[in-house]
Amino acid sequence: MIKQCAQKVYIGLIFIFMYAPIVTLMVLSFNNSRTRAKWGGFTGKWYAELFSNRSIMQALYNTLLIAVVSAVAATLIGTVATLSISAMRRRSRAVFMSVTNIPMLNAEIVTGISLMLLFITLRVKFGLGTILLSHITFNIPYVILSVMPRMKRLNPSVYEAALDLGASRVQAFFRVVFPDLLPGILSGFLMAFTMSLDDFIITHFTKGPGVDTLSTKIYTEVRKGIKPEMYALSTLIFVTVLILLILVNYTPKSKEKQSSGQNGGSL
Amino acid sequence: MKKHLVSTLFSKSAGLILSAALLAGLLGGCGSDGASAGAEGANGSGASADADGGEVIVYNWGEYIDPDVLDMFEEETGITVIYDEFETNEIMYPRVEAGASKYDVICPSDYMIQKMIDNDLLQELNFDHIPNAKANIGQQYWEQSEQFDPGNKYSVPYCWGTVGILYNKTMVDDVVDSWSILWDEKYADNILMQDSVRDAFMVALRLNGSSMNTLDPDELAAARDLLIEQKPLVQAYVIDQVRDKMIGNEAALGVIYSGEAIYTQRENPDLEYVIPKEGTNVWIDSWVVPKNAPNLENAEKFIDYMCRPDIALLNFEYITYSTPNEAARELIEDEDIKNSPIAFPDLSQYSLETFTYLGDEGDELYNEMWKEVKSE
Repeated sequence: MIKQCAQKVYIGLIFIFMYAPIVTLMVLSFNNSRTRAKWGGFTGKWYAELFSNRSIMQALYNTLLIAVVSAVAATLIGTVATLSISAMRRRSRAVFMSVTNIPMLNAEIVTGISLMLLFITLRVKFGLGTILLSHITFNIPYVILSVMPRMKRLNPSVYEAALDLGASRVQAFFRVVFPDLLPGILSGFLMAFTMSLDDFIITHFTKGPGVDTLSTKIYTEVRKGIKPEMYALSTLIFVTVLILLILVNYTPKSKEKQSSGQNGGSL
Repeated sequence: MKKHLVSTLFSKSAGLILSAALLAGLLGGCGSDGASAGAEGANGSGASADADGGEVIVYNWGEYIDPDVLDMFEEETGITVIYDEFETNEIMYPRVEAGASKYDVICPSDYMIQKMIDNDLLQELNFDHIPNAKANIGQQYWEQSEQFDPGNKYSVPYCWGTVGILYNKTMVDDVVDSWSILWDEKYADNILMQDSVRDAFMVALRLNGSSMNTLDPDELAAARDLLIEQKPLVQAYVIDQVRDKMIGNEAALGVIYSGEAIYTQRENPDLEYVIPKEGTNVWIDSWVVPKNAPNLENAEKFIDYMCRPDIALLNFEYITYSTPNEAARELIEDEDIKNSPIAFPDLSQYSLETFTYLGDEGDELYNEMWKEVKSE
């Protein structure tokens, strides 16, 4: 009894720690006064202003564009890299894995400044393109990290069996190997997507004039106080993600059974 | 959670969609790379190649202009504004110095302008092309600018203000006219200090009667000791939270920038702003043009436009920081604001200084002393 009670209190505390900041932000997004110190009454005006604010909308568009394109590109490059790394001999594989791990452990500011210096040296014009290249660069290791374990568990005999049964190499890859890798690839994609979405430091150093993502846009507002439109936007993003997760987790049971049957391994 | 997500997504149709997305992404990726390479080529050929008025690349503080003004400028001149924002002088400087991007117009603060002049990053302005500047900006602001820009060769004042004490009339019954009230034990735990080395030392140095730009180790040591003495009374060292904390009655006294004071008073009428009698810092943010500006002519047009009285008025109403534009001040309809002692104090009454660039060694000296205060 006591144990159960303690369990509930514990889980409750964890939820409070995790969600209190977000709830505060959501409440403030409906606050009619600009300051957090005063409740000026309930309003939806920040939501209306948010959608008419061109620069925030542009920043949102840039953020999503960069996140999607860089995650897709990094997934592609990362997956191909994993294939070749896993085909290497043990020693060179270890070397290559450490090399790809270093950028993840490296401080972001070092990555950001070195990319900036590289672009200056190469005389690349700073803009959306440089941000995109940087994001692809720092996303690739995360994709390799999440595809590699899947790759290691792959049974090479299945691929060989497919070849024996008359499949071409390409067919064998797309019909046998690829489906087995897919969960790893997808989680790598999602990880790359989120890493890109909330990156600030690297973006700051590699962005060009007039190109902002949400994180750099919010940071420029620090001196004069962050505008409540940003609270509204964050609330909307949070709610969207929540709805997506709920939808994904409550899709028809039969489909889920089918897919988990095909693909029993856990991530 | 992730397992569910992934396993649900995994089905033949999802697989198809994904491969399609991968393909599209690949093409998209190539496309945008190509686009950036193309843009680079255009840039390499020198001036902007647009058929209309070309472009002007502006680097300004965040939320430091009325967005409508940019639209109006584009409409009237046909010049496209590429607008970029920074959060502190220190973040702006390395980007400009490294030459990561070329800007036409930047709006740094006083001491940073001096540092940029010293390091040969700025070019002298041709005031014949900026007639509105000399016509509308008040004489006293040019004089104040001489402290960091001798001869007024490089900069045109855009916004300015003072640093003073914001206090809550319901919580403070003494007369507030001196920095010394921030050392009064009656207000222990009710005092907010600025968490930035120059601003904090400015308070202590002025209280001691020293210059806020002093490099004399004895004067600095005395100021440091004063700040250490004050430390137990301070509720928090903050930057922009002064605003919200004072509005929420969470502290009695706070060191604040005058531009914020007007806004806080609107939200909480119990608040009052004072410039202490020992004098304070007058800060000025000014427009400058870097040496490598690609569109010099448009930069001059932009600065001139910002100095037009009606435009300066729009910006003043949006930012609420004091404008040095006398003609714009005349246009303010609200008499209270026009004659507000906070927005437009009579500068001759006070002993005022402006921060100057202290050099790398000077900066280090201050930072060292500040570390001692903070770690005490």
